[in-house]
Amino acid sequence: MRALVELYVQQFKTTLASMFQYRASLLIWMLGQVLEPLVYLIVWQIVSDNSGGSVGSYTTREFAAYFIVLMVVNQVTYTWIMYEFESRVTDGTLSFDLLKPVHPIHGDIADNVSSKLITLPLMLVAAAGLAVAFRVSFSPPLWAVAVFIPAVVLALLVRFLLEWTLAQAAFWTTRVGAVNQTYFVLMLFLSGQIAPLALLPSPVRLAASLLPFRWTIGFPVELLIGRLTPVEALIGLGAQVVWLAIGFVLFRLVWRAGVRIYSAVGA
Amino acid sequence: MNLFRLLGVFFRVNLMGELAYRVNFLWQVFQSLLSLVMSLAGLEVIFSYTNALGGWLPDEILVLVGVYFLVGGMIGVVIQPGMAELVESVRGGTLDFTLTKPEDAQLLVSIQRMEVWQFTDIVLGMGVLATALIRLGERVGGWEAAGFILMLVAGGLIIYSFFLILATLSFWFVRVENILVVFQSMYEAGRWPVSLYPGWLRYGLTFVVPVAFATTVPAEALTGRLGWGTMLGAVAIAAVLLTLSRLFWRAGLRHYSGASA
Repeated sequence: MRALVELYVQQFKTTLASMFQYRASLLIWMLGQVLEPLVYLIVWQIVSDNSGGSVGSYTTREFAAYFIVLMVVNQVTYTWIMYEFESRVTDGTLSFDLLKPVHPIHGDIADNVSSKLITLPLMLVAAAGLAVAFRVSFSPPLWAVAVFIPAVVLALLVRFLLEWTLAQAAFWTTRVGAVNQTYFVLMLFLSGQIAPLALLPSPVRLAASLLPFRWTIGFPVELLIGRLTPVEALIGLGAQVVWLAIGFVLFRLVWRAGVRIYSAVGA
Repeated sequence: MNLFRLLGVFFRVNLMGELAYRVNFLWQVFQSLLSLVMSLAGLEVIFSYTNALGGWLPDEILVLVGVYFLVGGMIGVVIQPGMAELVESVRGGTLDFTLTKPEDAQLLVSIQRMEVWQFTDIVLGMGVLATALIRLGERVGGWEAAGFILMLVAGGLIIYSFFLILATLSFWFVRVENILVVFQSMYEAGRWPVSLYPGWLRYGLTFVVPVAFATTVPAEALTGRLGWGTMLGAVAIAAVLLTLSRLFWRAGLRHYSGASA
C-alpha cells in the first residue's frame, strides 16, 4: 500500500513537470477540447432559434447548458491511453513496466488524475466564461447536484477501464488507428457529443443506453442540467455500476491474455 | 516545369515506400469512409429538425463537407507531413542534407514527404462535391466554378504559408513539434460555415488560424455567396502570406547552424 502511495505521488510530480514543459501544447489541446462542444452548441442554438426557440424538448438556453456541462464532463472523463498504448507495445517500453512490482494501470491512473487536477481548473474557467457569454441558466434540484458528483466519478472509472481495455487491442493488431477511430465515431454519437441523445432516433437512443456510451458522458450531463427524474438517476447509477463491473472483468481477462501473447521488441 | 517534375518524383518515391504496406490503403479507406459517414449522419440529425442552417441549404452544407474532406486531404497528404518532417530535421540536424541539394530548399522540404494513402480523403471529398453539385443542379455555373478553383488555390497557399511559418519557428525554438497541432484542432470548426459563429470566433478562425479560407470561402464561392471584394482579398492575403513565409524561411535558415557542423 505504501509503495502504491509513493508511486502515485511520484507520478504526480512527473506529470506536473512534463505538463509545465509542454504548457503551450497543453493550451492548444484544451482549445480543441473547448471548440468542439462549442461548435455543436452554436449549431444547435441556430437550429433551435429557426424553429421557434426549441428543438424537441430542448430550448435554446438548454442547449447552451447541455454543451457547456458536456465540455466539463468530457474533460473529467477523458483518457488518452488509446494513443499511448500502441507505442508501448511496438517499441517495447511495456517490458519495463512489466518488471515493476505494481500493475502498469496504476501509473496511468496516477497520470490521468494528476493531469486532470491541473487542467480541470482551466476548463472550469473556460466553461464559466462561456456560460456567461451564452447567458446559461439552469437550476437543477439539489439532489441532482449531489448525485452528479458520484455519477461523474463513475463515468470516469467506466470510461477509463473500457478505454484501457480497448487500448490493449495493440497486443493483437497493428491497425490500432482503425480500432480507435471506430470507437471514437461510436462514442461521438452514442455518448451525446453531437446532439443530446433525446434528439436522436429511438434505435440509436436504445443502443446508447444498452452500451456503455451514454453512461460515460450523456447521463451525468443530463443529470446536472435537471432533465432526469430521481428514478432515472438511480437507473443511471445502476447502469454505471454494472458497466464498471463488466469493464473490470474485461480488463482482467484481456490483460491476462494480452500479456501472454506479448513478445517484446528486442527480447 | 521543375515544380511538377519534382512533385512527380517525390510522389513516386513516397508511393513506392507505401506500396510495401498495401493493406494500410484499405484501412485508410475504411477510416475515411467512417469519418464521412459520421459527418453525413450528423447532418442528417441536424437537418431532420431544420431545413436551412444560417441560410445554407442541406445540399450547400454538403458542398462544404466535400471541401472539408478535399482540403483536409491536401493538408494530410503533403502539407502536414512535410512540415512535421521539417521540424524534426531541424531538431535532428538532417536538414543539412537537404540544404546541400541543388534545388530550392524550401521547395524540397515542402514536398519531400507525402502520406500517399491520405489521398482517399481527396477522392472522397471530390465524390461528395460532385454529388452535391448534381443535386444543386443549374444553380452552379461557370463563374462559380472558376471562383471556386481560384479560392481553393488561394486557400491552399494560405494554409501552406501558415504551416510553413509555424514550422519555421523551430529554427529559433527547437521544440515546437506540437505547434502544428494547432491547425488540426481548429480545423474541426471548418465543418460548418464560419458565418454561423459569433464575431470573435469568426475572426479567430479567419485571421489567427485561417480555417475559414480553407473550407468556408471556397464553399461560398461555389454556392455563389462570394463577392469580388472577398475574392480579391483572399488572393491578396495568399500573396502576402506566401511572401512573408518565404522571408521567414530565409531568416530562419540564416539562423540555422546545423547539428553536426
